[in-house]
Amino acid sequence: MQKKVFQLLVDNTSGVLSRIAGLFARRGYNIESITAGVTADPRYTRITIVTDGDDEILEQIEKQLSKLIDVRDIRVLEPDNSVYRELCMIKIEADAKSRQGIIALADVFRANVVDVAPDSLIAEITGSQSKIDAFIDLLSDFRILEIARTGIAGLQRGTEGVIWLEEEDPRY
Amino acid sequence: MIGADAIAKCLIKEGVDTIFGYSGVAIDPFWNSVGKENIRTILVRTEQNAGHAASGYARTLGKTGVCAVTSGPGATNLLTGIATAYADSIPLVCITGQVNTDQIGSDVFQEVDVTGAAESFVKYSYLIRDVKDIPRIIHEAFFVASTGRKGPVLIDIPCDVQLQRISDFDYPDDEPKMRTYKPTIKGNAVQIKKVIKVLEYAKKPLIIAGGGVFLSNAKKDLRKFVEKHQIPVVSTMMGIGVLPTDHPMYYGMVGNNGNSYANRAMRECDTLLMVGARVADRAVAAPDMTFDGKVLVHMDVDPAEIGKNVGPTIPIVGDIKHIFADFMDAEFKDRHETWVNMLDLYRDSMKEEHHSSPDFVNFQAFVKKLCTAMKDDAVYVADVGQNQLISCRNIIMKDRNKFFTSGGMGTMGYSIPAAMGVKAAERKTQVIAVCGDGAFQMSMMELATIKQFDLPVKIVVMRNEYLGLVREHQSREYDGEYNMVYLGSDPDLSKLSEAYGIRYIKAENMKDIDEKISDFLSDDSAVIFEVLTDPEENVI
Repeated sequence: MQKKVFQLLVDNTSGVLSRIAGLFARRGYNIESITAGVTADPRYTRITIVTDGDDEILEQIEKQLSKLIDVRDIRVLEPDNSVYRELCMIKIEADAKSRQGIIALADVFRANVVDVAPDSLIAEITGSQSKIDAFIDLLSDFRILEIARTGIAGLQRGTEGVIWLEEEDPRY
Repeated sequence: MIGADAIAKCLIKEGVDTIFGYSGVAIDPFWNSVGKENIRTILVRTEQNAGHAASGYARTLGKTGVCAVTSGPGATNLLTGIATAYADSIPLVCITGQVNTDQIGSDVFQEVDVTGAAESFVKYSYLIRDVKDIPRIIHEAFFVASTGRKGPVLIDIPCDVQLQRISDFDYPDDEPKMRTYKPTIKGNAVQIKKVIKVLEYAKKPLIIAGGGVFLSNAKKDLRKFVEKHQIPVVSTMMGIGVLPTDHPMYYGMVGNNGNSYANRAMRECDTLLMVGARVADRAVAAPDMTFDGKVLVHMDVDPAEIGKNVGPTIPIVGDIKHIFADFMDAEFKDRHETWVNMLDLYRDSMKEEHHSSPDFVNFQAFVKKLCTAMKDDAVYVADVGQNQLISCRNIIMKDRNKFFTSGGMGTMGYSIPAAMGVKAAERKTQVIAVCGDGAFQMSMMELATIKQFDLPVKIVVMRNEYLGLVREHQSREYDGEYNMVYLGSDPDLSKLSEAYGIRYIKAENMKDIDEKISDFLSDDSAVIFEVLTDPEENVI
């Protein structure tokens, strides 16, 4: 089993995300995380999917995804020439006494405190998954109330592999 | 002009001359508009059969079949037809009516999310929300259905969109520009060279031809290549008919239901060219073992099929017709004469003789006699079950004969509606549907359609009072404890035939069977030929 990050460029049509997620579900592939957002060209959506499987399954995932009519491009984001980031928000129980300790920890990890309530606060951290895991680990001395993670988004480094969408014919 | 008029105009532009379907309030604007155009409409008796009939039509003409049904239950009834076409890569455009746009999602009368339901077995689906999109979407739908790996495309059209005014109707003439859909047609030149090299040194080459050969209209091209280089050919079930069965280079059908000499050829070859075949589980039970140590070339238009069931040595993605055109250009010496001689020996010595009870018709012999007597360009449509396996194993195909069946899905009740589709496509062609008593009763409502729309299909009902193939399975797996497989002896087919005004023949045993077959095929009328076979006979 190995983990792979796929980056997809798909037509921004209604139902495209359900088509992709549905394909994973019905073929028994696993989605660890999926993020989607519109690109600079509003006709397209970029999707980052983290999945795992053996070589054969990963190859099938790539081929079956490519086969979907809405998928314009699919590539594997290799760790050594790509950048991955994830955003995570953590709500921690914090009274006046413990608040400073948490803020100090957050500073070390360059996390931001985005909300403070009398009995809790929310820290927001962006980074690689391992950094976020480490931060959550360190917070285990406190009481974590809620966690929301976005799953990773990624891009390949450099200009190689960039698809120049504006050169294409618009849809008639 | 309203949306429905525009759809009808689009269909005319796409060369549609026949639509199979069923009506209902949500699709009525469409039928009303189609009625004004020069398009033949055939009202089937249940929606599933509209899909099968369109499939038979598509396979006959090599063009996209069209069916249209109403929303809700109409759409769900059609699903089996769509899934059957998807499994065999048959190009269809399926149109479903839908409730009004503002009602979608509120569970109103006859509403069902059909694009969602069909998602995993359509090539693509559309829900038209804006009347202006109609020309583009219909143009794309036909393009997607009929290119690359073909398949059904579903278009769901709300009733209000069908009724909306469309101001300017302009149908694109050129190929649709779809940003995200570009199937690979031409095979990679480097890969093709590699294959030629491999073939030149192969001592035991073998081609497995599948349904993809027909889908890319490459039957003639394959034959030319095979004859030029004397390469032996076996076929999958979907590939039956790629070569005439008496062709010296044809060595039968592979698979757990196939000819033993075909399977032996597959085991012993050293170089295997899979042509438009996907090595499905019924064709090759343990692909890794079977192909171990062989050079495996896999050609398919769908890259996802290559390497799915078995990892090939040389993959070629592309349309079979294009690939074989490139093969024909290459000159190479072949050196495998001893292999051909060996296969000839296998074929002659491993002939399967089948003995069955003299109290009944020997269906194996019957299929052979039927094939010998049918016209040189007749279409043989086999259903699913024992009748199908016996048909495949005993069929005799001449050059212009065609063989259709539901291979991937194994949908019972395919043969009669599909045969109707063949007749609708080519009125003069002799069409024989061969089914068991189970499948017949799943589709016998279409006898009325056959009569009403003058689609005289010849129907052979292999009657053994059982769902034979499942009974056979239970006899092996459950020590002969039969459950849910006994059909009984009703209905009386002679009376049923009379009720529908269709001619009826019956054979209880082999006595006068030649005369009966020749009577069955003698005219152009629809005939039901009831053939009694041994209920306890096993075919595998």
